Amino acid sequence: MSNKLLELKNLKTSFQIGDEYYAAVDDVTLTVNKNEVLGIVGESGSGKSALAFSVMGLHTRAKIEGNILFNGKDIANITPQELNRLRGDELAMIFQDPLTALNPLMEIGDQIAETLILHNQNMSQKARKERVIELLNMVGIPRPEYVYEQFPHELSGGMRQRVVIAIAIANQPELLIADEPTTALDVTIQAQILDLIRKLKNDMHSGVILITHDLGVVAEMADRIAVMYAGQIVEVADVHTLFENPKHPYTRSLLNSVPADGQDKLHVIQGIVPALQNLPREGCRFSERIPWIDATHHEVNPVLHEVTPGHFVRCTCHKHFYFPDKTKEAELHGNSRS
Amino acid sequence: MWKFIVRRLLITFPQIILLSVLIFLMAQAMPGDALTGVIDPNVSLEEKEELRERLGLNAPWHEKYADWVGGIVQGDFGQSFRFKMPVTELLEQRLMNSFWLSLMTLLFTYLMAIPLGIISGRYNDTLLDSSITGYTYLGFATPLFIFALVMLWVFGYQLGWFPTSGSVTPGLEPGSMEYVISKFNHLLLPALSMALIQTVSTVQYLRSEIVDTKQKEFVITARAKGASESRVYNKHIFRNSLLPIAAFFGYEISFLISGTIFVEKIFGYPGMGLLFLESILLRDYSVVNAVVLIFGVAAILGALLSDIILSIVDPRIRIK
Ligand SMILES: Nc1ncnc2c1ncn2[C@@H]1O[C@H](COP(=O)(O)OP(=O)(O)O)[C@@H](O)[C@H]1O
Ligand SMILES: [Mg+2]
Repeated sequence: MSNKLLELKNLKTSFQIGDEYYAAVDDVTLTVNKNEVLGIVGESGSGKSALAFSVMGLHTRAKIEGNILFNGKDIANITPQELNRLRGDELAMIFQDPLTALNPLMEIGDQIAETLILHNQNMSQKARKERVIELLNMVGIPRPEYVYEQFPHELSGGMRQRVVIAIAIANQPELLIADEPTTALDVTIQAQILDLIRKLKNDMHSGVILITHDLGVVAEMADRIAVMYAGQIVEVADVHTLFENPKHPYTRSLLNSVPADGQDKLHVIQGIVPALQNLPREGCRFSERIPWIDATHHEVNPVLHEVTPGHFVRCTCHKHFYFPDKTKEAELHGNSRS
Repeated sequence: MWKFIVRRLLITFPQIILLSVLIFLMAQAMPGDALTGVIDPNVSLEEKEELRERLGLNAPWHEKYADWVGGIVQGDFGQSFRFKMPVTELLEQRLMNSFWLSLMTLLFTYLMAIPLGIISGRYNDTLLDSSITGYTYLGFATPLFIFALVMLWVFGYQLGWFPTSGSVTPGLEPGSMEYVISKFNHLLLPALSMALIQTVSTVQYLRSEIVDTKQKEFVITARAKGASESRVYNKHIFRNSLLPIAAFFGYEISFLISGTIFVEKIFGYPGMGLLFLESILLRDYSVVNAVVLIFGVAAILGALLSDIILSIVDPRIRIK
């Protein structure tokens, strides 16, 4: 049996803006193996959530092209009934903002129990309640019997995120997608939540997609990392290779922006991800952010190149890339301002 | 929750007292009194003055106010000059009639508003939604008294389906089956006319609540659990959208009051609204004061009711 849990093949997710479709996820090919943590990293707006929502089938108005193979079966175009059987059972997701992810009018216990009800009608009410208490314990919530009857607004953000995690793991999913699970939390809580996800993953042997805009978060969690920019994967490698030998200019810039490194902040590329409508439709999408690199160094139709086994980089520009030195950079900014 | 309700109740009393003072002062400021209209040549000016003195019409305002409030507390609203009977007795029949009319109107209002609002919100920006929204705009643009007149003309006079005035067919034994049916029959057309107009604000409110709730993240969480669309709506979206509607309920009472004034007049329905208009025209101030006070208290209690309902159904307030 194959070790592949999830295979995305040329996944393209487009939204209609005005009369046209624009791809927020463009030609993404990726694999998540069983018992593996894949980190997906990229700045805000690079399409990470759009990718996660595509896998979960949560987009309400998007055009999805390509294949999403889950355990070998294409789930990109299955019926809502089939999809609902998978979601919450074999496929689960943890959301970014725990403050809004829970129903304000429903008791915590009932919100977790709902996932159990939906996928196991035969479970007795008593067994279900016991399981919910067990889950609350697993995610480290003190006094679970008491919290069972509380409402979301009575819990802190960190506690609510634990509840969201309890909902996601209730049926021991094979694939767990965590979309910036700690971004909305403060730093001390972040580490606890990440520890929890790692521990649960080790217990359940699930595949995990951990999405973040912060390379520091995935450094110790992920087995492999995919770097995403403007809807595309620009680099994929195992975590060691990526940190030791990053190729793509964007990856190198992201690495330099990790604050703990104390590295030269000047070696961070300025700018933001352009809005969907403003993305260049052909050529290297990153070229606009590195205008000092000669246009001829970019590929006309950039594809992923395997530089070493398992290490892929998009476009050829990385071979010629350098960070401008301090004085040059200052000049560059001065010029662009005048 | 109890703390909240007690605190809320404590504000209600000064509100009611202020209301009563305002009503009293306003009535005092009106030109003339019950004797101004008496032009019997046999009653001389001196005699009128003497009569005023005897009736306490010349006392300072705070004495009159204390007198008035003292009476009300004992259930005495004074005497109606026109009907020649105690105001309290007069109010009893009228109040019951208006109560039934309001209840029926509320019932129709929600029977229409909830399904229409839900359909419109769930299937927003479809043809169905557009027709419902179109109806609400029409409802907003149509003055109630014109609509009620049209209803009366069409269903009362032209088609003859409903009685055209009164609250019950005269001569029926109170309490008998015929009596109840006749009462119900007299209620239907005015209640329906009012509800058809009044419901549009609730429909719009509910629609926008649902459209709003649909975008909330907890709805995505529910979908990610594997809940079907119908379950997502029934268990998550509707509950959260109906909450503000439930709270709106008490405020409907204020709309009802203004509605009954028009509708009772048009349908010749002997309720508080009709009494109010009649008494104003005849300067029957003791009745006007009593009616306005009851309207005002009803509106204040409606707002109180809204807040209490909200505190019961919304855990975010309930817990505090
Ligand atoms: N439902 C949508 N309709 C239109 N555009 C969308 C929608 N969802 C996301 N986008 C756009 O797609 C791009 C990627 O968004 P997103 O996936 O949320 O990025 P990330 O999660 O990496 O921050 C952004 O430009 C965003 O504005
Ligand atoms: Mg995101």
